[in-house]
Amino acid sequence: MSKDLLYILIAPLIASFLCLLIGKDGVKKFALAISSLIFLFSSHIFFEIGKHGGSVYQMTYPWIPSLGISFKIGMDGISFLLVILTTFLVPLIILSSFNREIKTEKSFYALIFLMQFALIGVFTALDGFLFYIFWELALIPIWFICLMWGGKDSKRITLKFFIYTLAGSLLMLVGLIYLFLQTPGEHTFDIEAFYNLQLTSSQQSFVFWMMFAAFAIKMPVFPLHTWQPDTYTDAPTQGTMLLSGIMLKMGVYGVIRWLLPVVPNGVSEWMGVAIALSVIGIVYASCMAIVQKDYKRLIAYSSIAHVGLISAGVFANNEAGLQGAIFQMLSHGVNVVGLFFIADIIFNRLGTRNTDELGGIANNQRFFTITFVIIMLGSVALPLTNGFVGEFLLLNGVFAYSGYAALFAGLTVILGAVYMLRSYKAIMLGDKIISNEKFAPLAASEKAVLIIVCAVVIITGVLSQPLLEISEPAVKNLISVINR
Amino acid sequence: MNTIVTIAGLGILSMLSEIFHFKKQLFVLILLGLAAAIGISVMEWDTAYSYYNHMVLIDNYAIAFSVLLMSVTLLWFLMSQSYFKSESSMEAHAAIILFALCGAICMTCFSDLSMLFIGLEILSISMYVLCGSDKLNKRSNESAMKYFMMGAFATGFLLFGIALIYGVVGSFNLTDIATYTGQNVNNLPMIFYAGIVLLLVGLFFKVSAAPFHFWAPDVYDGAPTVITAFMATVVKTAAFAAFYRLFATCFSSVFTFWIDIIAIVAALTMLAGNILAVYQTSVKRMLAYSSVAHAGYILMALAAVSQSSKGAIFLYLIAYSLSTLGVFAVLNIIHEKKLSDDVSVFNGLAKSNPLAAAMISICMLSMAGIPPMAGFFGKYYIFLAALNSGFTWLVLMAVLSSLIGVFYYFRIVMAMYTGKNETTAFEIKGLPLFFLVLSGVLSVIIGLGTNFIVNLL
Repeated sequence: MSKDLLYILIAPLIASFLCLLIGKDGVKKFALAISSLIFLFSSHIFFEIGKHGGSVYQMTYPWIPSLGISFKIGMDGISFLLVILTTFLVPLIILSSFNREIKTEKSFYALIFLMQFALIGVFTALDGFLFYIFWELALIPIWFICLMWGGKDSKRITLKFFIYTLAGSLLMLVGLIYLFLQTPGEHTFDIEAFYNLQLTSSQQSFVFWMMFAAFAIKMPVFPLHTWQPDTYTDAPTQGTMLLSGIMLKMGVYGVIRWLLPVVPNGVSEWMGVAIALSVIGIVYASCMAIVQKDYKRLIAYSSIAHVGLISAGVFANNEAGLQGAIFQMLSHGVNVVGLFFIADIIFNRLGTRNTDELGGIANNQRFFTITFVIIMLGSVALPLTNGFVGEFLLLNGVFAYSGYAALFAGLTVILGAVYMLRSYKAIMLGDKIISNEKFAPLAASEKAVLIIVCAVVIITGVLSQPLLEISEPAVKNLISVINR
Repeated sequence: MNTIVTIAGLGILSMLSEIFHFKKQLFVLILLGLAAAIGISVMEWDTAYSYYNHMVLIDNYAIAFSVLLMSVTLLWFLMSQSYFKSESSMEAHAAIILFALCGAICMTCFSDLSMLFIGLEILSISMYVLCGSDKLNKRSNESAMKYFMMGAFATGFLLFGIALIYGVVGSFNLTDIATYTGQNVNNLPMIFYAGIVLLLVGLFFKVSAAPFHFWAPDVYDGAPTVITAFMATVVKTAAFAAFYRLFATCFSSVFTFWIDIIAIVAALTMLAGNILAVYQTSVKRMLAYSSVAHAGYILMALAAVSQSSKGAIFLYLIAYSLSTLGVFAVLNIIHEKKLSDDVSVFNGLAKSNPLAAAMISICMLSMAGIPPMAGFFGKYYIFLAALNSGFTWLVLMAVLSSLIGVFYYFRIVMAMYTGKNETTAFEIKGLPLFFLVLSGVLSVIIGLGTNFIVNLL
């Protein structure tokens, strides 16, 4: 049984090579089939994982024993949910590219699978060094995707993106090596050993800032977000989906797994600063989103606002905040993919994303309008949608830390409604009549993506309990480690 | 010892080849001879033995580095096959390269300061000649002249340092010096420290560390491309092997005196190298500055003086040599076509030759230190050693300069993948392509098998 995890991890890597070998015509269908199989295979663990608090399916192979580095992977409720998010979103992302012209398709899908491999690795690694390797590995494919299939200015933008994130990861490497050198006896990168470290508060602060830099850049937290809007806007839609849907979660996951339990005192010393930055990010990004004309850029800023709330909830360091963060990561992942896809559909047909030039799409497109509304409402956290559950728990968690912080963080709900509804009005409503010739009816693959996203928005919004139950034992376990 | 004899014999054989008319077979003969020398060297593993009144000590450290030097030379010969075809006096050049290799090997196995000096001079004088081997090219002549002047200066410093150390200790032998310093740690005369500083200056010159790096870009740029590749790999490896051997054995008891000097020089070197490389338009010149920057990283490991330092240096040099040779194989093709080596020459390579583009990317990523390539592991071990010795500030500087490095390494990758051209003005096929694939694949494999390499030493 415990081999299952290894299969889930390795399968995308093999798929990546197969994509390069397979003929040009079938590669889209092949990629979809393989990624769906991986999703189905990974979801069968669903019923077994919830009962355990700690890491199940754990396995260790020696890699560089002389340096205390091992290939140690494992999965608890938190990891599982993120892995399933990854394996769920990848086929969806591939499906979203079905109706689009993509040059050199083989490499494109190979890179997506390579990315999936690295992401699953990040979410399951239980060895600091291994975690770092996967963390960096995730950067290479997405950089190539953004560079080769991105917009006109992709060289400059992707270089900025790469250097930003590499700066963070190198600092994290320094932090990890520092922790490694503090482990007693034969040094080791094992996460358990990191959890058992007894560091002084100044040591903890040092490690906190080294690691926080990496995670904050990835999420991104204000003021380290400046790479994000450009990169999201310029990247190809599938790249943006990978970045915002999954890659952003690496940062949050890193905080949950590698920061809170490893340096609890460092966190409690600096959590005020971290939450303040997150809350500033929420308000700032929401305001920026309101004034954006480019719809894709607007979603990029909304993503900063949402992740700001997630990060505030995580740093609040209590059960509600953590549970909310994990749930919201799933919801945000699905919703943002849906929103970016809507932006892509509009751009694909009308050649613009400028909200000033758009309007009146709703007059002719009923199906598109309904799905747009559902996904948008999920994003503004209407009750009975998935967004609501996460934001409610998150605000609850932040409130337990400080009422004022929760007050400002709560602005995300109001401001979110403002920019989402305003942009909806600008794009969809109005007197303009857009004919079917201009706005071609949705293709089957496009409909499928929208239906799946809408279904998830509603189903997980109504039936959120099973998902929360999966992460609950793991979160409780984590909190007991933090408070040891 | 047998290795040095074999290599020297091979060198003499190359000179004789013209007289006895076996020039055509010479190339294969050299490859076989080098392979045999590697074999002989490996056979001596774990049999530390000293020769000539303790002038030479063949221990595992010496063997590991000699094998590295010989393997790189072997690969280098493969890479520069076309150079030897075009040159009229091929056998002379091959002989000089082999003699240079001899000197390099002496620098890995010396146990006596005079032996170090002899090895260094054999290597350097051969290199002065080779730099100027493109006789009709002004730049090549300039390069040789500059290298000779600067090199002679450096040698002067080194020799003066050796003399001062001898004056205090009364022996050239490394073990004697180590024992003497160990016993008299607290009352060493000033001239002893002056000797260390002069030795440092000499060696800094040879490894092109800032602020003694000014010769490197001009010399690298002017010399024929294959010779530059040889300098950037073999010469650098030998210089670092000697540097570590000298300081770790001789002066380890007074390390507090020199580690700070090396640490500061390391920081300066990597920053200077990386920052100046960003402003270069010629790829060859950019690689010259990048090799200065890499010297800075390796110096970090020297400053760390821990047990893991030599493994880190060894691994780093392997990774660095592999990717450098890979890129130079491509540069060589470009220069043979008399094309300008501006970054834009790579435009569109990903379309015309995806395999070569992927391999060049791997080499570049390895140099920039991105996992899972070998270059990252080299950097990782160095960071580890430095942090272990408490050089947190130095590691942060290295992080900063690595980020700067990304700018120019990625410029080439971006040119290959985003350039508008459908074809490139040069073609990579046959032996160079095989060579490129070899260095790319090895860069990944070594990254995954670092345990073995680091534990060798």
